[in-house]
Amino acid sequence: MFKQLTIDGLWKNNPALVQLLGLCPLLAVTSSVVNGLGLGLATALVLIGSNATVSIIRHWVTPAIRIPVFVMIIAAFVTIIQLLMNAFTYELYLALGIFIPLIVTNCAIIGRAEAFASKNPLPVSAFDGLMMGTGFTFILVVLGGLRELLGNGTLLNGAERLFGAGAESWKVTIFTTEHPFLLAILPPGAFLGMGLLIAVKNVIDKKMAEKAAASETKTVVRARVTAES
Amino acid sequence: MPLNSITKNGLILTGFALMTTALIAITFDGTKQRIDKQRAKKKLATLNEVVPPALYDNQLYLDCITIDASALGDEPKSVYRARQSGDNAALAVEFTAPDGYSGDIDLIAGVAVNGEVLGVRVLSHQETPGLGDKIEMSVSDWMLSFNGKSFDEDQAKRWQVKKDGGQFDQFTGATITPRAVVGSVARTLAYIEANQHKLFNTPSNCQAAAPTGGQQ
Repeated sequence: MFKQLTIDGLWKNNPALVQLLGLCPLLAVTSSVVNGLGLGLATALVLIGSNATVSIIRHWVTPAIRIPVFVMIIAAFVTIIQLLMNAFTYELYLALGIFIPLIVTNCAIIGRAEAFASKNPLPVSAFDGLMMGTGFTFILVVLGGLRELLGNGTLLNGAERLFGAGAESWKVTIFTTEHPFLLAILPPGAFLGMGLLIAVKNVIDKKMAEKAAASETKTVVRARVTAES
Repeated sequence: MPLNSITKNGLILTGFALMTTALIAITFDGTKQRIDKQRAKKKLATLNEVVPPALYDNQLYLDCITIDASALGDEPKSVYRARQSGDNAALAVEFTAPDGYSGDIDLIAGVAVNGEVLGVRVLSHQETPGLGDKIEMSVSDWMLSFNGKSFDEDQAKRWQVKKDGGQFDQFTGATITPRAVVGSVARTLAYIEANQHKLFNTPSNCQAAAPTGGQQ
Protein backbone atom coordinates (compact mmCIF):
# COMPACT_ATOMS: atom_id res chain seq x y z
CA MET A 1 0.00 0.00 0.00
CA PHE A 2 2.63 2.51 1.11
CA LYS A 3 4.91 1.53 -1.75
CA GLN A 4 2.10 1.99 -4.24
CA LEU A 5 1.31 5.42 -2.73
CA THR A 6 4.94 6.45 -3.07
CA ILE A 7 5.10 5.46 -6.72
CA ASP A 8 1.77 7.16 -7.40
CA GLY A 9 2.65 10.43 -5.68
CA LEU A 10 6.16 10.77 -7.04
CA TRP A 11 5.70 9.42 -10.53
CA LYS A 12 2.70 7.54 -11.86
CA ASN A 13 0.02 9.92 -10.62
CA ASN A 14 2.18 13.00 -9.91
CA PRO A 15 -0.17 15.91 -9.14
CA ALA A 16 1.79 18.32 -11.32
CA LEU A 17 2.96 16.12 -14.21
CA VAL A 18 0.05 13.74 -14.63
CA GLN A 19 -2.99 15.20 -12.94
CA LEU A 20 -1.93 18.71 -14.04
CA LEU A 21 -3.42 20.17 -10.87
CA GLY A 22 -2.32 23.38 -9.19
CA LEU A 23 -0.91 24.82 -12.38
CA CYS A 24 -1.52 28.43 -11.34
CA PRO A 25 0.97 28.57 -8.45
CA LEU A 26 3.18 26.05 -10.25
CA LEU A 27 3.68 28.23 -13.29
CA ALA A 28 3.73 31.53 -11.44
CA VAL A 29 6.36 30.98 -8.74
CA THR A 30 8.85 28.65 -10.40
CA SER A 31 11.23 31.38 -11.53
CA SER A 32 13.86 30.03 -9.12
CA VAL A 33 14.68 26.88 -7.16
CA VAL A 34 14.13 28.55 -3.80
CA ASN A 35 10.72 29.97 -4.68
CA GLY A 36 9.63 26.59 -6.01
CA LEU A 37 10.91 24.78 -2.95
CA GLY A 38 9.26 27.26 -0.60
CA LEU A 39 5.84 26.99 -2.19
CA GLY A 40 6.24 23.23 -2.61
CA LEU A 41 6.97 22.72 1.09
CA ALA A 42 4.03 24.94 2.05
CA THR A 43 1.73 22.98 -0.26
CA ALA A 44 3.04 19.66 1.07
CA LEU A 45 2.41 20.73 4.66
CA VAL A 46 -1.15 21.77 3.79
CA LEU A 47 -1.69 18.46 1.94
CA ILE A 48 -0.52 16.35 4.88
CA GLY A 49 -2.57 18.39 7.35
CA SER A 50 -5.75 18.45 5.30
CA ASN A 51 -5.51 14.78 4.31
CA ALA A 52 -5.00 13.75 7.93
CA THR A 53 -7.86 15.90 9.21
CA VAL A 54 -10.26 14.86 6.46
CA SER A 55 -9.43 11.22 7.17
CA ILE A 56 -10.09 11.62 10.90
CA ILE A 57 -13.46 13.26 10.42
CA ARG A 58 -14.58 11.16 7.46
CA HIS A 59 -17.18 9.20 9.47
CA TRP A 60 -18.84 12.24 11.03
CA VAL A 61 -19.39 14.32 7.94
CA THR A 62 -22.45 13.54 5.85
CA PRO A 63 -21.86 13.44 2.08
CA ALA A 64 -24.08 16.48 1.50
CA ILE A 65 -21.80 18.87 3.37
CA ARG A 66 -18.44 17.21 2.84
CA ILE A 67 -17.18 19.73 0.27
CA PRO A 68 -17.82 22.85 2.41
CA VAL A 69 -16.20 21.11 5.36
CA PHE A 70 -13.14 20.13 3.27
CA VAL A 71 -12.85 23.69 1.99
CA MET A 72 -12.99 25.04 5.54
CA ILE A 73 -10.30 22.65 6.73
CA ILE A 74 -8.02 23.45 3.79
CA ALA A 75 -8.55 27.19 4.14
CA ALA A 76 -7.75 26.96 7.85
CA PHE A 77 -4.51 25.06 7.19
CA VAL A 78 -3.44 27.49 4.48
CA THR A 79 -4.12 30.49 6.72
CA ILE A 80 -2.15 28.92 9.55
CA ILE A 81 0.79 28.12 7.27
CA GLN A 82 0.65 31.64 5.85
CA LEU A 83 0.81 33.12 9.35
CA LEU A 84 3.70 30.83 10.28
CA MET A 85 5.62 31.73 7.13
CA ASN A 86 4.94 35.39 7.76
CA ALA A 87 6.38 35.00 11.25
CA PHE A 88 9.35 32.74 10.59
CA THR A 89 10.41 33.10 6.93
CA TYR A 90 9.43 36.72 6.34
CA GLU A 91 11.63 37.29 3.28
CA LEU A 92 10.24 34.25 1.53
CA TYR A 93 6.75 35.29 2.51
CA LEU A 94 7.34 38.60 0.73
CA ALA A 95 8.68 36.84 -2.35
CA LEU A 96 5.86 34.30 -2.63
CA GLY A 97 3.31 37.00 -1.83
CA ILE A 98 -0.15 36.24 -3.10
CA PHE A 99 0.62 32.66 -4.05
CA ILE A 100 0.37 31.33 -0.52
CA PRO A 101 -3.37 32.07 -0.18
CA LEU A 102 -3.70 30.60 -3.67
CA ILE A 103 -2.78 27.19 -2.23
CA VAL A 104 -6.45 27.09 -1.19
CA THR A 105 -7.40 26.99 -4.84
CA ASN A 106 -4.85 24.27 -5.63
CA CYS A 107 -7.16 21.54 -6.90
CA ALA A 108 -4.60 18.91 -5.95
CA ILE A 109 -5.46 19.43 -2.29
CA ILE A 110 -9.24 19.17 -2.43
CA GLY A 111 -8.78 16.47 -5.05
CA ARG A 112 -6.80 14.28 -2.65
CA ALA A 113 -9.20 15.07 0.20
CA GLU A 114 -12.18 13.98 -1.88
CA ALA A 115 -10.66 11.10 -3.83
CA PHE A 116 -8.43 9.54 -1.20
CA ALA A 117 -8.49 10.88 2.34
CA SER A 118 -12.28 10.74 2.70
CA LYS A 119 -12.19 6.99 2.04
CA ASN A 120 -9.02 5.85 3.81
CA PRO A 121 -7.71 5.59 7.37
CA LEU A 122 -5.43 8.21 8.93
CA PRO A 123 -1.91 6.76 8.40
CA VAL A 124 -2.40 6.02 4.70
CA SER A 125 -4.08 9.38 4.09
CA ALA A 126 -1.31 11.33 5.78
CA PHE A 127 1.26 9.31 3.84
CA ASP A 128 -0.60 9.99 0.61
CA GLY A 129 -0.47 13.72 1.44
CA LEU A 130 3.25 13.47 2.09
CA MET A 131 3.94 11.68 -1.19
CA MET A 132 1.66 13.86 -3.32
CA GLY A 133 3.23 16.93 -1.69
CA THR A 134 6.72 15.61 -2.32
CA GLY A 135 5.87 14.88 -5.95
CA PHE A 136 4.49 18.40 -6.38
CA THR A 137 7.52 19.96 -4.66
CA PHE A 138 9.85 17.88 -6.82
CA ILE A 139 8.33 19.24 -10.03
CA LEU A 140 8.33 22.81 -8.66
CA VAL A 141 12.03 22.50 -7.82
CA VAL A 142 12.98 20.93 -11.16
CA LEU A 143 11.03 23.52 -13.14
CA GLY A 144 12.40 26.32 -10.96
CA GLY A 145 15.93 25.02 -11.45
CA LEU A 146 15.48 24.74 -15.19
CA ARG A 147 14.21 28.31 -15.50
CA GLU A 148 16.73 29.80 -13.08
CA LEU A 149 19.62 28.03 -14.82
CA LEU A 150 18.55 29.01 -18.34
CA GLY A 151 17.51 32.50 -17.34
CA ASN A 152 20.17 33.67 -14.91
CA GLY A 153 22.84 30.97 -15.01
CA THR A 154 22.51 30.35 -11.28
CA LEU A 155 21.01 27.78 -8.95
CA LEU A 156 19.74 28.25 -5.38
CA ASN A 157 19.98 32.03 -5.61
CA GLY A 158 18.40 33.54 -2.49
CA ALA A 159 18.56 30.35 -0.41
CA GLU A 160 18.97 32.50 2.70
CA ARG A 161 15.32 33.52 2.43
CA LEU A 162 14.29 29.95 3.16
CA PHE A 163 17.17 28.58 5.24
CA GLY A 164 18.46 31.63 7.10
CA ALA A 165 21.53 33.83 6.77
CA GLY A 166 24.02 30.92 6.63
CA ALA A 167 22.66 29.72 3.30
CA GLU A 168 23.76 32.75 1.33
CA SER A 169 26.84 30.89 0.09
CA TRP A 170 24.76 28.02 -1.33
CA LYS A 171 24.25 29.92 -4.54
CA VAL A 172 25.82 28.13 -7.48
CA THR A 173 26.79 30.21 -10.48
CA ILE A 174 27.03 28.06 -13.59
CA PHE A 175 27.64 30.97 -15.94
CA THR A 176 27.34 34.73 -15.70
CA THR A 177 25.47 36.72 -18.26
CA GLU A 178 24.92 40.39 -18.89
CA HIS A 179 21.50 39.78 -20.42
CA PRO A 180 19.34 37.17 -18.73
CA PHE A 181 17.41 34.84 -21.02
CA LEU A 182 14.01 36.49 -20.54
CA LEU A 183 11.93 33.75 -22.13
CA ALA A 184 12.92 31.34 -19.37
CA ILE A 185 12.19 33.75 -16.53
CA LEU A 186 8.87 35.11 -17.74
CA PRO A 187 5.64 33.05 -17.61
CA PRO A 188 5.95 31.61 -21.15
CA GLY A 189 9.12 29.89 -19.99
CA ALA A 190 7.10 28.14 -17.32
CA PHE A 191 4.67 26.76 -19.89
CA LEU A 192 7.48 25.62 -22.19
CA GLY A 193 9.43 24.06 -19.31
CA MET A 194 6.34 22.29 -18.04
CA GLY A 195 5.64 20.93 -21.53
CA LEU A 196 9.20 19.65 -21.78
CA LEU A 197 8.99 17.94 -18.38
CA ILE A 198 5.75 16.19 -19.34
CA ALA A 199 7.30 15.11 -22.64
CA VAL A 200 10.37 13.71 -20.87
CA LYS A 201 8.15 11.80 -18.47
CA ASN A 202 6.16 10.34 -21.36
CA VAL A 203 9.33 9.26 -23.15
CA ILE A 204 10.64 7.55 -20.01
CA ASP A 205 7.28 5.84 -19.45
CA LYS A 206 7.23 4.62 -23.03
CA LYS A 207 10.78 3.27 -22.81
CA MET A 208 9.92 1.46 -19.59
CA ALA A 209 6.75 0.03 -21.08
CA GLU A 210 8.68 -1.24 -24.11
CA LYS A 211 11.27 -2.82 -21.87
CA ALA A 212 8.62 -4.45 -19.76
CA ALA A 213 6.85 -5.71 -22.85
CA ALA A 214 10.10 -7.05 -24.28
CA SER A 215 11.03 -8.96 -21.14
CA GLU A 216 7.52 -10.34 -20.96
CA THR A 217 7.59 -11.77 -24.46
CA LYS A 218 10.90 -13.45 -23.74
CA THR A 219 9.61 -15.29 -20.73
CA VAL A 220 6.46 -16.51 -22.41
CA VAL A 221 6.71 -20.21 -23.04
CA ARG A 222 4.72 -21.14 -26.04
CA ALA A 223 2.80 -24.26 -25.56
CA ARG A 224 2.28 -26.04 -28.79
CA VAL A 225 -1.22 -27.17 -28.99
CA THR A 226 -1.34 -28.22 -32.55
CA ALA A 227 -2.40 -31.72 -32.27
CA GLU A 228 -1.35 -34.11 -34.94
CA SER A 229 -4.28 -35.88 -36.11
CA MET B 1 -37.11 13.72 7.81
CA PRO B 2 -35.49 16.34 5.59
CA LEU B 3 -35.68 19.05 8.24
CA ASN B 4 -33.75 16.87 10.65
CA SER B 5 -30.93 16.27 8.22
CA ILE B 6 -30.77 19.99 7.46
CA THR B 7 -30.47 20.75 11.18
CA LYS B 8 -27.86 18.07 11.60
CA ASN B 9 -25.81 19.26 8.63
CA GLY B 10 -26.13 22.84 9.79
CA LEU B 11 -24.86 21.90 13.23
CA ILE B 12 -21.91 19.96 11.82
CA LEU B 13 -20.98 22.86 9.55
CA THR B 14 -21.25 25.31 12.43
CA GLY B 15 -19.09 23.06 14.54
CA PHE B 16 -16.38 22.97 11.89
CA ALA B 17 -16.60 26.69 11.27
CA LEU B 18 -16.10 27.36 14.98
CA MET B 19 -13.24 24.88 15.24
CA THR B 20 -11.30 26.12 12.23
CA THR B 21 -11.83 29.75 13.21
CA ALA B 22 -10.60 29.00 16.72
CA LEU B 23 -7.47 27.31 15.31
CA ILE B 24 -6.72 30.28 13.08
CA ALA B 25 -7.35 32.70 15.95
CA ILE B 26 -4.91 30.84 18.18
CA THR B 27 -2.22 30.81 15.47
CA PHE B 28 -2.85 34.47 14.69
CA ASP B 29 -2.48 35.38 18.33
CA GLY B 30 0.64 33.28 18.72
CA THR B 31 2.42 34.74 15.70
CA LYS B 32 1.17 38.34 15.83
CA GLN B 33 4.01 39.68 17.93
CA ARG B 34 6.65 38.03 15.83
CA ILE B 35 5.08 39.22 12.57
CA ASP B 36 4.89 42.80 13.83
CA LYS B 37 8.50 42.57 14.89
CA GLN B 38 9.54 41.22 11.47
CA ARG B 39 7.68 44.02 9.70
CA ALA B 40 9.19 46.69 11.91
CA LYS B 41 12.65 45.16 11.43
CA LYS B 42 12.23 45.10 7.67
CA LYS B 43 10.90 48.65 7.71
CA LEU B 44 13.78 49.86 9.82
CA ALA B 45 16.28 48.05 7.59
CA THR B 46 14.86 49.82 4.53
CA LEU B 47 14.80 53.16 6.34
CA ASN B 48 18.41 52.70 7.42
CA GLU B 49 19.39 52.15 3.80
CA VAL B 50 18.11 55.58 2.81
CA VAL B 51 18.93 57.41 6.05
CA PRO B 52 22.23 56.28 7.65
CA PRO B 53 21.69 55.42 11.34
CA ALA B 54 24.58 57.71 12.30
CA LEU B 55 22.50 60.74 11.28
CA TYR B 56 19.71 60.36 13.82
CA ASP B 57 19.03 59.24 17.38
CA ASN B 58 15.22 59.14 17.53
CA GLN B 59 12.89 56.17 16.91
CA LEU B 60 12.77 56.74 13.17
CA TYR B 61 9.92 54.43 12.24
CA LEU B 62 7.72 55.72 15.07
CA ASP B 63 8.20 59.38 14.20
CA CYS B 64 6.16 59.50 11.04
CA ILE B 65 3.23 61.21 9.38
CA THR B 66 0.88 60.22 6.59
CA ILE B 67 0.37 62.84 3.93
CA ASP B 68 -1.72 63.08 0.81
CA ALA B 69 0.16 64.90 -1.93
CA SER B 70 -0.27 64.47 -5.66
CA ALA B 71 3.48 65.00 -6.18
CA LEU B 72 4.19 61.79 -4.25
CA GLY B 73 1.47 59.61 -5.74
CA ASP B 74 -2.26 58.98 -5.67
CA GLU B 75 -2.42 57.27 -2.33
CA PRO B 76 -1.45 58.77 1.06
CA LYS B 77 2.25 58.28 1.72
CA SER B 78 4.34 57.92 4.87
CA VAL B 79 7.07 60.36 5.78
CA TYR B 80 9.59 59.46 8.49
CA ARG B 81 11.45 62.21 10.32
CA ALA B 82 15.03 61.64 11.46
CA ARG B 83 16.21 63.92 14.25
CA GLN B 84 19.59 64.25 15.97
CA SER B 85 19.29 65.35 19.61
CA GLY B 86 16.05 67.14 18.79
CA ASP B 87 17.29 68.90 15.64
CA ASN B 88 15.83 68.02 12.26
CA ALA B 89 18.29 65.83 10.38
CA ALA B 90 16.62 64.14 7.43
CA LEU B 91 13.36 62.89 5.94
CA ALA B 92 12.54 59.47 4.55
CA VAL B 93 9.67 59.90 2.11
CA GLU B 94 7.69 57.17 0.38
CA PHE B 95 6.48 57.99 -3.11
CA THR B 96 5.24 56.36 -6.30
CA ALA B 97 6.38 56.63 -9.90
CA PRO B 98 3.05 56.05 -11.68
CA ASP B 99 4.57 55.78 -15.17
CA GLY B 100 6.73 52.67 -14.92
CA TYR B 101 6.82 50.16 -17.78
CA SER B 102 4.43 47.81 -15.94
CA GLY B 103 2.53 50.12 -13.65
CA ASP B 104 3.42 51.77 -10.36
CA ILE B 105 6.91 51.71 -8.91
CA ASP B 106 6.89 52.33 -5.15
CA LEU B 107 10.02 54.00 -3.85
CA ILE B 108 11.45 55.58 -0.74
CA ALA B 109 13.99 58.39 -0.60
CA GLY B 110 16.10 59.73 2.23
CA VAL B 111 16.75 63.45 1.98
CA ALA B 112 18.91 65.52 4.34
CA VAL B 113 17.73 68.92 5.63
CA ASN B 114 19.99 70.66 3.10
CA GLY B 115 18.14 68.94 0.24
CA GLU B 116 20.87 66.44 -0.53
CA VAL B 117 19.73 62.91 -1.43
CA LEU B 118 21.00 60.33 1.06
CA GLY B 119 19.62 57.33 -0.79
CA VAL B 120 16.74 56.06 -2.92
CA ARG B 121 15.40 52.48 -2.87
CA VAL B 122 12.60 50.56 -4.54
CA LEU B 123 9.92 49.17 -2.25
CA SER B 124 7.93 47.30 -4.89
CA HIS B 125 7.70 47.13 -8.68
CA GLN B 126 6.66 44.88 -11.58
CA GLU B 127 9.29 45.94 -14.12
CA THR B 128 10.62 43.39 -16.60
CA PRO B 129 13.23 41.04 -15.10
CA GLY B 130 16.58 41.58 -16.78
CA LEU B 131 15.69 44.98 -18.20
CA GLY B 132 13.79 47.28 -15.88
CA ASP B 133 14.70 45.52 -12.66
CA LYS B 134 18.10 47.21 -12.55
CA ILE B 135 16.38 49.62 -10.17
CA GLU B 136 16.71 46.86 -7.56
CA MET B 137 19.85 47.05 -5.47
CA SER B 138 20.28 43.28 -5.69
CA VAL B 139 20.57 43.56 -9.48
CA SER B 140 22.49 46.76 -10.09
CA ASP B 141 23.75 49.77 -8.12
CA TRP B 142 22.12 52.29 -10.45
CA MET B 143 20.06 53.61 -7.52
CA LEU B 144 23.26 54.90 -5.94
CA SER B 145 23.59 57.47 -8.73
CA PHE B 146 21.09 59.65 -6.83
CA ASN B 147 23.29 59.83 -3.73
CA GLY B 148 24.66 63.26 -2.93
CA LYS B 149 22.61 65.03 -5.60
CA SER B 150 20.09 67.74 -4.86
CA PHE B 151 17.28 69.22 -6.90
CA ASP B 152 17.49 72.79 -8.14
CA GLU B 153 14.67 74.41 -10.06
CA ASP B 154 17.16 76.07 -12.46
CA GLN B 155 18.87 72.77 -13.13
CA ALA B 156 15.65 70.80 -13.66
CA LYS B 157 16.93 69.64 -17.05
CA ARG B 158 19.73 67.71 -15.35
CA TRP B 159 17.07 65.57 -13.65
CA GLN B 160 16.44 63.37 -16.67
CA VAL B 161 18.03 60.32 -18.21
CA LYS B 162 20.95 60.95 -20.56
CA LYS B 163 18.83 60.15 -23.58
CA ASP B 164 16.62 63.14 -22.70
CA GLY B 165 19.61 65.41 -21.98
CA GLY B 166 19.96 64.75 -18.26
CA GLN B 167 22.68 63.30 -16.06
CA PHE B 168 21.33 59.80 -15.27
CA ASP B 169 22.19 56.64 -17.19
CA GLN B 170 19.36 54.76 -18.81
CA PHE B 171 19.50 50.97 -19.06
CA THR B 172 20.26 49.15 -22.29
CA GLY B 173 16.90 48.30 -23.77
CA ALA B 174 14.89 50.01 -21.04
CA THR B 175 14.49 53.76 -20.90
CA ILE B 176 10.96 53.99 -19.56
CA THR B 177 11.77 52.57 -16.12
CA PRO B 178 14.70 54.89 -15.25
CA ARG B 179 12.87 57.82 -16.81
CA ALA B 180 9.90 57.19 -14.52
CA VAL B 181 12.13 56.82 -11.46
CA VAL B 182 14.23 59.93 -12.17
CA GLY B 183 11.10 62.00 -12.83
CA SER B 184 9.39 60.90 -9.63
CA VAL B 185 12.52 61.51 -7.52
CA ALA B 186 12.75 65.03 -8.97
CA ARG B 187 9.09 65.73 -8.17
CA THR B 188 9.54 64.37 -4.65
CA LEU B 189 12.62 66.52 -4.02
CA ALA B 190 10.81 69.63 -5.27
CA TYR B 191 7.88 68.79 -3.01
CA ILE B 192 10.12 68.29 0.02
CA GLU B 193 11.90 71.56 -0.59
CA ALA B 194 8.60 73.45 -0.75
CA ASN B 195 7.04 71.71 2.27
CA GLN B 196 10.01 70.89 4.50
CA HIS B 197 8.78 72.94 7.45
CA LYS B 198 5.36 71.31 7.41
CA LEU B 199 6.81 67.80 6.97
CA PHE B 200 9.08 68.16 10.00
CA ASN B 201 6.62 69.89 12.32
CA THR B 202 3.34 68.01 11.85
CA PRO B 203 2.78 65.88 14.96
CA SER B 204 3.43 62.18 14.43
CA ASN B 205 0.20 60.52 13.31
CA CYS B 206 0.85 57.14 11.73
CA GLN B 207 1.10 53.69 13.23
CA ALA B 208 4.37 51.87 13.16
CA ALA B 209 2.76 48.45 12.80
CA ALA B 210 1.02 49.30 9.52
CA PRO B 211 3.61 49.42 6.75
CA THR B 212 2.42 50.91 3.50
CA GLY B 213 5.18 49.59 1.28
CA GLY B 214 3.39 46.40 0.38
CA GLN B 215 5.06 43.33 -1.00
CA GLN B 216 8.37 43.32 -2.68
